[in-house]
Amino acid sequence: MPLQAYLVLAALVFAIGLFGVLTRRNAVGILLGIELMLNAVNINLVAFARFRADVAGLVFTMFTIAITVAEVAVGLAIVIAIFRVRRTIEADHLDLLRG
Amino acid sequence: MTAEGVGFWVMAVVLVGGSLGVVLTPNLFHAAVLYLPAALVATGAIFWLLESPFLFGVQLLLYAGGVVTIVVFAIMLTERLVGESIRQSSRFVFNGAVLAAAIFVGVTGFIVQRVVPAALPAPPGEQMVVLGRALVGPFAVALQLLAVLLVVALLGALYFARTDD
Repeated sequence: MPLQAYLVLAALVFAIGLFGVLTRRNAVGILLGIELMLNAVNINLVAFARFRADVAGLVFTMFTIAITVAEVAVGLAIVIAIFRVRRTIEADHLDLLRG
Repeated sequence: MTAEGVGFWVMAVVLVGGSLGVVLTPNLFHAAVLYLPAALVATGAIFWLLESPFLFGVQLLLYAGGVVTIVVFAIMLTERLVGESIRQSSRFVFNGAVLAAAIFVGVTGFIVQRVVPAALPAPPGEQMVVLGRALVGPFAVALQLLAVLLVVALLGALYFARTDD
């Protein structure tokens, strides 16, 4: 398959993830959308690593995966902490910082 | 069509279907334990098609194993599982769809206009050996920073999630 096939697939998954981030009300659902977007970026990195024969893309992908796991751990810890205080994780109700 | 082409299309369908399931299904638990793992495993299979079996393993272990487990725990801690199913609604569906479609069209239009060179031959040597040498060679500082970041992030997660007594 040509490089464009992988890039277009990644762009499609990125757009789907963005749609999820924009439309979900539940904070966990928003985090799942962010996961999809980061996955799409990983596909791009691995595709370029393969087609440019450059190992840097694979190294960056490993870094992205590790950082994503840390981000999920922190994000879900924040969600649980918010749930303890507010008894909800609906993003529309979390407007404490709105001016 | 070559085996790679068939595998690509099968995995692309699974990946897009799983992604749509994650963002569209009303049951959050289904999104987390069914559609998200499907999308993540399909992504790993695409890594395999791109001749990176090591990243396929990393993807399975960390994403499909680790992230899904953490997400399931978070859902169980924040939702009332007994009785009703976990509904989750969406808002701004039209605006979100328009924006996502616009970004997809823009990026795709940019991609298809470019002439990309054919694939270069893979660098010689076992991929994991090349990857390991890169990690302790040119990317050694980044690797150490990543270790620090992981420690800080997990300590931060502990701090947020602890109880106040």
